[in-house]
Amino acid sequence: MDYLSLASIFCAAFAVAFGAIGPALAEGRAVAAAMDAIARQPDAANTISRTLFVGLAMIETTAIYCLVIALLLLFANPLLA
Amino acid sequence: MNSPLDSTVLFQLGPVAITQAIVTTWAIMAILVIGAFAMTRRLGLRPSRRQAALELMVATLDTQITETTGAAPTPYRGFIGTLFLFILVANWSSLVPGVDPPTAQLETDAALAVLVFLSVIWFGIRAGGVGGWLKTFAAPNPVMIPLNILQSLTRVFSMFVRLFGNVMSGVFVIGIVASLAGLLVPIPLMALDLLTGLVQAYIFAVLAMVFITSAVEDGARTPPNTDLAPSPTKKES
Repeated sequence: MDYLSLASIFCAAFAVAFGAIGPALAEGRAVAAAMDAIARQPDAANTISRTLFVGLAMIETTAIYCLVIALLLLFANPLLA
Repeated sequence: MNSPLDSTVLFQLGPVAITQAIVTTWAIMAILVIGAFAMTRRLGLRPSRRQAALELMVATLDTQITETTGAAPTPYRGFIGTLFLFILVANWSSLVPGVDPPTAQLETDAALAVLVFLSVIWFGIRAGGVGGWLKTFAAPNPVMIPLNILQSLTRVFSMFVRLFGNVMSGVFVIGIVASLAGLLVPIPLMALDLLTGLVQAYIFAVLAMVFITSAVEDGARTPPNTDLAPSPTKKES
């Protein structure tokens, strides 16, 4: 196997692996903060959870970017064409 | 396994290649249009059960628009509602066996994001005129002009990569698990995919709404004698 394809496979795995760490920590913090807020003020649970969902999707986007980069490396790599 | 970035060509219509996503998109559009036409043909003052369900949907939409942005929902209801319903039906169309959701293709998402980009310009110009819309790029002060121009382009890009990545990864994971494990194993993942599809449709609509109202409010704002007033914090991506 060519070393370029080896390198792209490794880089795809690394991109997803390290790209998932940051969003995972951030989503944990966001959910913890939202739980705290709901526990303090259960009346605002609707607003909080709606904002939480939007925020979670925003945070998740960074992981999705890494996934897209990994897929580009695997399936649409310009160097391997 | 097929690359998720490719699209399968079904047949050629003259020089135009018709892909599977286009056929699915037109089928969804036909279902939505015919459904909406058929459901709203006989509306009365005493709502039937069907009309009550429709009114509930529209009222929920209005409430969401007002709660997220504080704007009156009337000018935006059509665009935002159509966007939400189309993306929702497109995301959930993966439940039909043999159908890939068209939002799992780059082209559909790019088209939707370009639609949002154009509608931001349209609503911004309609609210404040061309001058008012151009002034939104110098919103806090003129130093921000390049950053604002960059932001208006990158947020469109991030919108469509977000939708594409989420829907496509769901389809992709289900495909991998189905090819590895067997018939009934991917069902929990498909349930998760339903939730993701709903949340992504909601987020796409909410973000479009936030972008539009930010352009509208900045454009309609009176000349900068409000410098000392604390500016309202806006949600931005």
